[in-house]
Amino acid sequence: MSTHQVTLLPDEEIERNFREIAPALTDAEALFEANRCVYCYDAPCTHACPTHIDVPSFIKKIASGNLLGSARAIFDANPIGATCARVCPVEVLCEGACVEKTLMHKPIEIGRLQRYATDFVLAAGLDVLKAGAPNGKSVGVVGSGPAGLTCATYLARLGYDVTVYERKQLPGGLDTYGMAEYKMTQRVSTEEARAVERLGVRFRLGVEVGRDISFEELEAAHDGVFLGVGLGETGRLDIPGEELEGVYDALYVIERIKSRRWETVPLGRAVAVVGAGNTAIDAVTQARRLGAERVMLVYRRGPAEMPAYEYEYTLAKQDAVEFLWQTAPVEVIADAGGKRVAGLRCVRTEPGEPDASGRRSVRPVEGSEFDVPADTVIKATGQQKMREFFASVPGVGVDSAGHVQVDPETMRTGNPKFFAGGDCVNGGREAVDASQMGKLAAQGIHLALTGERVEFAGARVPLHEETQNLKAH
Amino acid sequence: MADLSVDFAGIKSPNPFWLASAPPTNMGSMVERAFDAGWGGAVWKTLGEPIRNVCSRLASVDMGPQRMMGLNNIELITDRPLDVNLREIREVKRKYPKHALIVSLMVESKREAWHDIVKRSEDTGCDGFELNFGCPHGMSERGMGAAMGQVPDYTCMVTEWVKEAATLPVIVKLTPNVTSINPPARAAVRGGADALSLINTINSVMGVNLDTLVPHPNVNGMAAHGGYCGPAVKPIALNMVSELARDPEVSVPISGIGGISTWRDAAEFLALGASNVQVCTAVMHYGYRIVEDLIDGLSNYLDGKGYASVRDFVGVSAPRITDWGALDLNYKTVARIDHAKCIQCNLCHIACEDGAHQCIPLVQMNGTRYPVVDEHECVGCNLCYLVCPVPGCISMVRLDDGTQPLTWRELTTQREAPTAGD
Repeated sequence: MSTHQVTLLPDEEIERNFREIAPALTDAEALFEANRCVYCYDAPCTHACPTHIDVPSFIKKIASGNLLGSARAIFDANPIGATCARVCPVEVLCEGACVEKTLMHKPIEIGRLQRYATDFVLAAGLDVLKAGAPNGKSVGVVGSGPAGLTCATYLARLGYDVTVYERKQLPGGLDTYGMAEYKMTQRVSTEEARAVERLGVRFRLGVEVGRDISFEELEAAHDGVFLGVGLGETGRLDIPGEELEGVYDALYVIERIKSRRWETVPLGRAVAVVGAGNTAIDAVTQARRLGAERVMLVYRRGPAEMPAYEYEYTLAKQDAVEFLWQTAPVEVIADAGGKRVAGLRCVRTEPGEPDASGRRSVRPVEGSEFDVPADTVIKATGQQKMREFFASVPGVGVDSAGHVQVDPETMRTGNPKFFAGGDCVNGGREAVDASQMGKLAAQGIHLALTGERVEFAGARVPLHEETQNLKAH
Repeated sequence: MADLSVDFAGIKSPNPFWLASAPPTNMGSMVERAFDAGWGGAVWKTLGEPIRNVCSRLASVDMGPQRMMGLNNIELITDRPLDVNLREIREVKRKYPKHALIVSLMVESKREAWHDIVKRSEDTGCDGFELNFGCPHGMSERGMGAAMGQVPDYTCMVTEWVKEAATLPVIVKLTPNVTSINPPARAAVRGGADALSLINTINSVMGVNLDTLVPHPNVNGMAAHGGYCGPAVKPIALNMVSELARDPEVSVPISGIGGISTWRDAAEFLALGASNVQVCTAVMHYGYRIVEDLIDGLSNYLDGKGYASVRDFVGVSAPRITDWGALDLNYKTVARIDHAKCIQCNLCHIACEDGAHQCIPLVQMNGTRYPVVDEHECVGCNLCYLVCPVPGCISMVRLDDGTQPLTWRELTTQREAPTAGD
């Protein structure tokens, strides 16, 4: 394909723009911050973490100088703890629940402390988890994103012979290919995958299930199969001009950025991004950081309704992104040659009646069309469900929203040999949510294949004791 | 503004804040800078036969990010020639006539040696002496320092020797490394001491370097016990000061020493009966400048409380320390938690559960789990109140059911009292 990329900024400036926004804590910072932790009992942060990492425990281990134990406490409950330390929306999870946020309006920097502890073992090449004695059973894991990696880890700890099938050349799924570069580089998720490999898990990279290997083969080769395949491409805008050169899927653009070969990123000087989720924010901020002069976020509703997190919105504002609220694209305008994008025709929208979900619909304002000049249009309106993929696995059912139907405790699908977790089940949430599902699936697979019930750290909120009633007198 | 000036056993100083005999009073230029900063007095680093020190000498206990909660040292008395120290003392006193300048002394246990150093020191124009009967390391191995302070007869004898030669007030500095502080204090008073100062440092081993396995502080792979001081020792010092303040056989003024870092610490020593205070570790940590807030804070506090002078404040809390047997058994408090302030850290719950009396269960209220005090079970121990990180969230509330006070002594006397039937 012909990219129309012009190197917009000198490389040094781009490198500077893509430095980590939450850099590593120094030893002094980590020690101070760890000591600031109140060490809550039955802590709100642990409740808030989808993988229920024992946060006060790992933080106090940092304070006591037991970094190995700290990292083990993290990876025990979340094998992709180094990734989550960087990409988790901590503001709405652990740090949002921190009592220091309540008390001092300054939560403990749990994410950065988690990074500090996990960096220590990754840098030292220490393996904190051990593979179990081989139990003679085999499981295939489809997809090496957060759900798949986590599921593979716990299965290896139980002694399973695990093979991971990954269609990309690198493991990690969206952790490797879909995270804003200033949040995390590919090195972190690929190193975590290597740690999984050292547990004896086989990775078959560049192998796409359904194309390179059939479901029948998969089923024949393994006693159980976990599907952690995520979601598909970004949906169509269904407007004229969508096929023009210069219209891209946000995930494709981000994947190019992840290569850090800036000259291969297909960006022009004026970029219009359609959508207002966290991926849309990743697209607008990174477009700006690569040097696009004018970056517009086009959203048919208002800022109060945007799906992106508040701090992501703040980030985009700080990067001087323009927001076109209550605006819907109606046509991608071609240049004189008729091949390339020259602009985006939009229409003003106004709020309509609330729909079934209570969310207000939008309707176009007649005669309000206007054109914005753009040489690049990026679609970030959400990934599509992979209905066709799942339709080819007998017994695996999807609901009306396209989510794979599973037993919420065991993650077992309608096909007793198939389990599923991650975005394909929940419709697209955080890496940490997918990780938890991978953990539950490993427990479910073990139960199904051996009849034995296991419970890994953080499988549920640790109940220290039941809530009591006042003693009777 | 409250009058901060102090007349301590006849030694006058513009405020009650003296530098203790230690590295900050090692030489004339230092003491002059200290007086310029505002210190009211200084006790010169102990004079005696010059010694040789080891390297290293200090070690500390940290508490989280707070450095030097406790400090220990194995440094000895002055390592400077006696005539140099005496010359500088004379010069400082001449330049700062209104400041208290005390000479700390320690020589071998010979009457002539003490007579000699007292006479040579008096010649400087200093305001008084402090006898170092407390140094717990090094010097004590040579029969000096704590070796004198730990044997009341020696304490009395050497004090008498000094008083034979001295015309100036004599302060005896006591060691805390004794079972009871009263016998050595009384011995010093018997020997003629005009005042007491306490505490000197406490025997201590500060820890072990877990990489090298050498204890701190490392002297070529070996360590020795040293003298412990700093904020961590304050409660021990307060206890000993108050013990002496309540002892009818100890009728002389007391100079309070031990972990004083702020005006609050100083005020507590004064309230429990110290007539002035001496400071060292906080200065070694932050410098002479801390005296500014010591003066400012104490002054504001006394003004706010309506005390016209430090003198009026000395000993105000001393009568409020008594023996356990005289405490009211019928006094009853319980913990109350303000749930509007509670942040659900649940430290009160787990502290009570594992460290006290299991009376703060977690109770579901409006969808949130809150710690709730079971007042029937609460013994009013204070633990939850102490661990709670939120100011004003947990308070200890008095439950007054009108019961008359009853002490253990009264209770046991009632039991032992003969009844009409006997």
